[in-house]
Amino acid sequence: MSAPKIDIHHVAKLARLALTEQEAEHFHAQLTSILSHLDQISSHSLDAEPSAHPTPVYDVMRPDQPQLGLTQDEALMNAPRRVMDQFHIPKVVE
Amino acid sequence: MSLATSTITDLRQKLTSREITSRDVLEDLARVIEQKNPDLGAYLGWDLEKALAEAESVDLTLPLGGIPIGIKDNINVLGEPCSCGSRMLAGTYRAPYDAGAISNLRKAGVVPFGRLNMDEFAMGSSTENSALALTRNPHDLSRIPGGSSGGSAAAVAGGIAIATLGSDTGGSIRQPAALCGCVGLKPTYGRVSRYGLVAFASSLDQIGPLTKTVADSALLLNSLCGKDERDSTSLSIPVPDFTAALGRDIKGLRIGLPREYFISGIHAGVSAAVNGAVKKLESLGAIPVEISLPHTDLGVSTYYIIAPAEASANLARFDGVRYGHRSAAATDLLEHYMMTREEGFGPEVKRRILLGTYVLSSGYYDAYYLKAQRARTLIRQDFEAAFAAVDIIVSPTSPAPAHKLGELKDNPLAAYLEDVFTIPVNLAGLPAISLPCGSVQAEGASLPVGIQLISKPLDEMTLLRVADALEHALDQTSGPV
Repeated sequence: MSAPKIDIHHVAKLARLALTEQEAEHFHAQLTSILSHLDQISSHSLDAEPSAHPTPVYDVMRPDQPQLGLTQDEALMNAPRRVMDQFHIPKVVE
Repeated sequence: MSLATSTITDLRQKLTSREITSRDVLEDLARVIEQKNPDLGAYLGWDLEKALAEAESVDLTLPLGGIPIGIKDNINVLGEPCSCGSRMLAGTYRAPYDAGAISNLRKAGVVPFGRLNMDEFAMGSSTENSALALTRNPHDLSRIPGGSSGGSAAAVAGGIAIATLGSDTGGSIRQPAALCGCVGLKPTYGRVSRYGLVAFASSLDQIGPLTKTVADSALLLNSLCGKDERDSTSLSIPVPDFTAALGRDIKGLRIGLPREYFISGIHAGVSAAVNGAVKKLESLGAIPVEISLPHTDLGVSTYYIIAPAEASANLARFDGVRYGHRSAAATDLLEHYMMTREEGFGPEVKRRILLGTYVLSSGYYDAYYLKAQRARTLIRQDFEAAFAAVDIIVSPTSPAPAHKLGELKDNPLAAYLEDVFTIPVNLAGLPAISLPCGSVQAEGASLPVGIQLISKPLDEMTLLRVADALEHALDQTSGPV
């Protein structure tokens, strides 16, 4: 199989990572070599149902009962920026 | 001799007979940590005052009453840092709650003590990917301790922890246990609650103990397991008394030797030690049976598609809003995300996020992720077929003893390939244990070799029974270095 093509800038944007040019070059080379190895799998025809999970546990529900969780203070205690007891984020709408 | 080199079993005996107090244990432990940790780099931090205060009120009649356990730095303990070895969380984050595994240990009387170094977000097999400290192998300070639970293994083997918790996604408990010379157990997926374990790959992650003896692993497992409503994948099944597996014979048990695992490319000293252990099992009355796990060659590829894919989704939560690092340079929301993550994550984490994002992205999903999920089924079916004929499967834990620090640093693919024997176990959700079975001489150092035992899902009893019998026959209980 030919060497996989990876558009590192596109993938980095999808992953919300601002790579430096040097990083982009470095990761591009490394990921190309890793993906060539992983292509071992994409070239196999695999006759089996896909499994997302090792154990047969599906649609686990718990009773819909109100219960105590973190308090507002506990939820906010690690916020890098907190304003008026809320998480602060950059402006999203003009 | 320091109390820190004791086993849980010994300490419990001394605590309940009032020969010592849990304060004595903690103070002695803190003393040896201060002495040895500058060389070993196993601990990122510890809070003696907090632990002493907790030990004051601990009930010594509980099964693990007064025992301090070191915790890998990706498991939340109320009020303590939980950095995951990352700049993303170091110095800013404190846990607002106890993880499910920690709540269970507290109910058994454990005092959590100390935060142990790890590869950043558990991604790695050497602990060199920690952004915060360098952990060294207690048997040779120029070598890696393995990883990602390298701090947890080095602390136990180096005699500066009674026992510790680690997490295992592709071998992260078993491989450092093998390289440092202690016992490391990965329970069946779903045995131990993942609530409060910072998620790396949710369908593979499992918390487990690293200990000096198999008996200590059984004791800790007794308290770690059980259904937790807060983890929908935790299993609602009875927890047996795992110590009932100890001290029993293994006559007539069938020991599977997968031909795909006993291959060229394994270090000669590792082969010799593992083969010696297999002979020992035979001398105890076990019956070796050659088996085949035909899809073994797909394991590493399958894992390095599934784990990064899940990681890329799990680590999306580090967005600089609710916790962790936040870039001061950004001016709009997109830049805020991109800069925060660029500044907070280290190279291995970025590499895996990029890989995971790529294999899940439009046009590649079927070729990689879906294929990997199919391969995962085949790997699980290999084990199901094998366990129709055998009770336990045996292999080396790692194909080589501990490498030199920095040896594989610039070759991630070579490092990934070393996980070949531990990865299939996580993909199939099976329980497995690594215990010391010998050593390899290298440049004047004696480097431990680990043997891996794998059992059927939920059959930790057989796992512990065989491991305990082998440990006694080999007389390899890992004393302190």
